[in-house]
Formats: sequence, C-alpha cells, structure tokens
Amino acid sequence: MEIDPFIFRLSIFILSIFIGYFVVWSVTPSLHTPLMSVTNAISSVIIVGAIIASFSSLEGSGISFSNILGFVAVTLAAINIFGGFLVTQRMLQMYKKKEKKKNK
Amino acid sequence: MSANLSSILFLITGVLFILALRGLSSPETSRMGNFFGITGMVLAIVVSILSVDIFFNNLIYFIVALSIGGIIGGIIAFKIPMTAMPQLVAGFHSLVGLAAVLVAVSAYYSPDSFGLGTFQDIKTASIIEMGLGVSIGAITFTGSIIAFMKLQGLMSGSPIAFPGQHYLNALLGILIVSLIGYLIVNQSTQIFWMLIIASLLIGFLIIIPIGGADMPVVISMLNSYSGWAAAGIGFTLENTALIITGALVGSSGAILSYIMCKGMNRSFLNVILGGFGTDSSSSSKNKKTEKKPVKNGNAEDAAFLMKNASSVIIVPGYGMAVAQAQHALREMVDKLKKNDVKVSYAIHPVAGRMPGHMNVLLAEANVPYDEVFELDDINNDFANTDVAYVIGANDVTNPVAKTDPKSPIFGMPILDVEKCKSVLFVKRSMSPGYAGVDNELFYRDNTLMLFADAKKMTENIVKYLD
Repeated sequence: MEIDPFIFRLSIFILSIFIGYFVVWSVTPSLHTPLMSVTNAISSVIIVGAIIASFSSLEGSGISFSNILGFVAVTLAAINIFGGFLVTQRMLQMYKKKEKKKNK
Repeated sequence: MSANLSSILFLITGVLFILALRGLSSPETSRMGNFFGITGMVLAIVVSILSVDIFFNNLIYFIVALSIGGIIGGIIAFKIPMTAMPQLVAGFHSLVGLAAVLVAVSAYYSPDSFGLGTFQDIKTASIIEMGLGVSIGAITFTGSIIAFMKLQGLMSGSPIAFPGQHYLNALLGILIVSLIGYLIVNQSTQIFWMLIIASLLIGFLIIIPIGGADMPVVISMLNSYSGWAAAGIGFTLENTALIITGALVGSSGAILSYIMCKGMNRSFLNVILGGFGTDSSSSSKNKKTEKKPVKNGNAEDAAFLMKNASSVIIVPGYGMAVAQAQHALREMVDKLKKNDVKVSYAIHPVAGRMPGHMNVLLAEANVPYDEVFELDDINNDFANTDVAYVIGANDVTNPVAKTDPKSPIFGMPILDVEKCKSVLFVKRSMSPGYAGVDNELFYRDNTLMLFADAKKMTENIVKYLD
C-alpha cells in the first residue's frame, strides 16, 4: 500500500517542531526580542500562498476576487518581510559590541 | 519549474530559516543568521513566482503590491523607536494572521489554481487544513490587533472582564471545532464565513481580559499562533517551506510563552483565563491601607550614595521604557565607572512588555551586552553589592513573593535587591505595581524612594555626579 503524501508532510512538520524546540532553547535570552521579530519575518513566507492566489486566474478571465485577495495578502506579507528583517537587522547592529559573548 | 525542483528549493528555504534562528544563539552570529533568513525568503519568493503561470496584468498588480508593502515595511523599520518594539511586533503578527486568512479565502474560492479540487468540492484533507489555517489566522489577527491597541495605549491596558466570559469563549471554541468538522460534509460559503467570523470574535475575546504586564505572554502566544496559522496554510498548499517555518515559529512562540509564564510563576491557563490580581489582590491592597513612613530622597542623595559605593546593580523595568530613560541611564553609568564603581545590569525575565525588551533598550543605549545579566546569573551578587538602582521596576523585586504564600505573586522568582546594602527606587508614585501588591521594600530603612520620572531623575543624578 502506498503512503499518503500527507504523512510525509506531517513527518516534516513534527520533526521541524523538534528542531524549533532545540534551536530556540539555545537562543540567548538577551536576543529574545530579535528572535520574535525574525520569527515574525520568516512566518511571512506565507507570501508563497499569496503569490499563488495573485496568479490564480484562468487565462483571459481578468482579475478575479481570489487575485485581489492575493494582492492584498502580498502587500501585508511584504510589509512584514521588509519590516521584520530590517528591524531585526537594526536591533542586531546595536548588539555589535566589544569582547566575547557573555557567560550564559 | 518542475514540482520536484521547487519542493527541494522550498526545503532549502526551510533550512535557511533554521540557520537564521540558530544564529541568534549569540550576538556575533546573529547578523549572519539574519542574512540566512533574508536569503531563504528571497529564494522562496523567486521559486513561487517561477512555479505559477504568469499573466501580465496580474504581474503588474503583484509588483505594485510588493513594492507598496516593501516601502511601508521599510519606513516602519527605520522610523520605529526601540521602545515601541512590543506594539510593532504585535502589529506585525496581526498582518501574518490576516494574510493567512486572505490566502485561505482565496484558496477556498479558486481551489483549482491551488490544485485542491474544484469550488465547494475541495479534497477532504485540504478543507480541514484550510479550516484550521483560516481559523488560527483569524484568531491571530484580531488577538494581535487588541494586543497592539493595548500596548500603543489606544485602549486601556487593564483587564476587561465581564460575567460569563469564559462560557462564551468555550461556546465559541466548540462552535469553531464543529464548523471545521461540518465543512467536511458541507463546504458552503455560509459555513466557511461563519467559521471566520467566530474565529475573529474569539481572538478578540481571548485578549481583552489580559492586562498590561501579562503582555510578554500574550505577544509570545500570538507569535506562536501566527506560526501555527502559517503551518495550517502550508498543509493546505502542500508547501514544505511553509510547514517547516510554521513549525519553527510555532514552537519558538510556545517556548517564549513558557519562559514568560515561568518568570511569573503562573500557569499558561491562568494567564489566558485572564485578570491577574482581579480578585485576590484587591483584598491584600485593602489590608495595607494604613500609611507607613517611607524615606523620600532626591537626586543629590542618590548621586552621593552611588558615587561612594564600590558596586551598583541597575534593575530596569517597564518604567524605564515608558520614560525612555535608557540613554540617561547609560550616561549615569559612565560617570559611575569613572569613579571606579563596578556597575552591572540585572534583567528579570518578564521585565518590560515582551521577551528581551530591556536588553534591546540597553543595547540601543550602547550598553555592552556583557554587563547585562539574566536573573539566575546575577541574583547571588546582590548580597555583595552596595546599591541597587531600581528604575521603573516593582513587582519583580518584591520579597513578598518569597515570604507570603497568600500573595498573588507568591512563588514568582524575584531579583533579590533587598540583600543590597541600600536600595534606590525610582518611581513616579507610591502606587503598587501591576499585580496590585504593596512592595514592603519601600518601607525599609535602607530604601530610598526617588519620586520622579525615570528619565528626569536619572538626568538629575548625572548632574550631581560631576
């Protein structure tokens, strides 16, 4: 019997939760705010869905309701992507300081 | 682009995002991490565009949408003051939530373009995933809007509770689950929109009873939700990058919520059910109405005390953020260091309105991060320290958390400032902190209260340090 592709996606999902668990515990507490802004930025990868929505019309059928939703979603995701990564960058620049990392 | 190739590239995006989070394990590697994150995002966008059929009209609109969003995001990122980070993050979460809802609605109306079946005949697995994604997205959206408004001061930061609130929430929760189940047999538009409306409503209702100082938990929780929403959409679209990212963000937010709850010694449920100190603390507040004398000091006294100390620990709290006192504070510390005073900073896990809030503000003021310590790393040092300078913090220093089992904050880990030889409290008034508990430290002999705005007081102290 063939395995449903859903099972593969579920496996990726579960394993990623564990990766996230261990990676996030190793984040130094002083960087928790940048962690939030960067996770916010990467969750805007939802833009891949927005892109599909933006181009979902059939040839010659003009701009559909789904397309409009897609464009709005692209705008929202873009605010997040640019805003999220840039503000993270801005914060991390401020941590550019002398010596080695503090003893955790 | 072939589906296999794009899947592999989406997997690489996921890996780059993992590296982005990994980079944050130390400040040195963090900037590299952010670069990985940006690379992953660019890759994901390029692959998506190459995987769809491009129609010229749509492309124009797409580029316009992307540019508008990019410009707005860029302006926000450069203009936003660091003290406003909590509301910025809350605002950004709401955008992720709304984007998830819009994508799901779009997929509901044109499932053929997403490869999910045809309108109102979407594959069973996909409609469940879509229902989950749209529901969590909607909760994230309204919940984050409320959090944003509370943090921005557009609505009262105090908990808003009404009778039957929990029953209403429970009812809505059951309704949402049933509606998702019902979508399997009936994919009508009414059911789909009812699901969205119920979810928007519950997002709103969950956050309004939660008060200001619980915001670190709320923001982390919404961070987590935005991740799960993305993962839900990822399952619907069968997209690996979204699934991996959703799982990473979801677990990241969950861990931060856990750390914040532990920092307050409260259970997650307790925070969510809301109203910290709505009943238990009012009694303890009334108990202590009799006026006890406090020692009232001024900037000159404070400057004198600290100049002659050999070591000082600074304990910043939300009040420092409100007053934007971090730069003045840094100036004060520089002066103290010139006088050979050893200075370090002690950060409580829930100081401020979001995880790591104080650290970012101190970093903004160019405080080297190796002078900034977390609670566990510095708590033993208070006993050997001459002066604790508590600026805009209160509950996190209250020894009642260790002594009075009846207190609402009993069991919360606190910074042991009471062990210092003397304690300086910069506060605007005698009012109790967020938990509504009187701080017995205020009445001790070795405590000097400095009633003023945190920034003005610190600036005055700087003058007297010359």
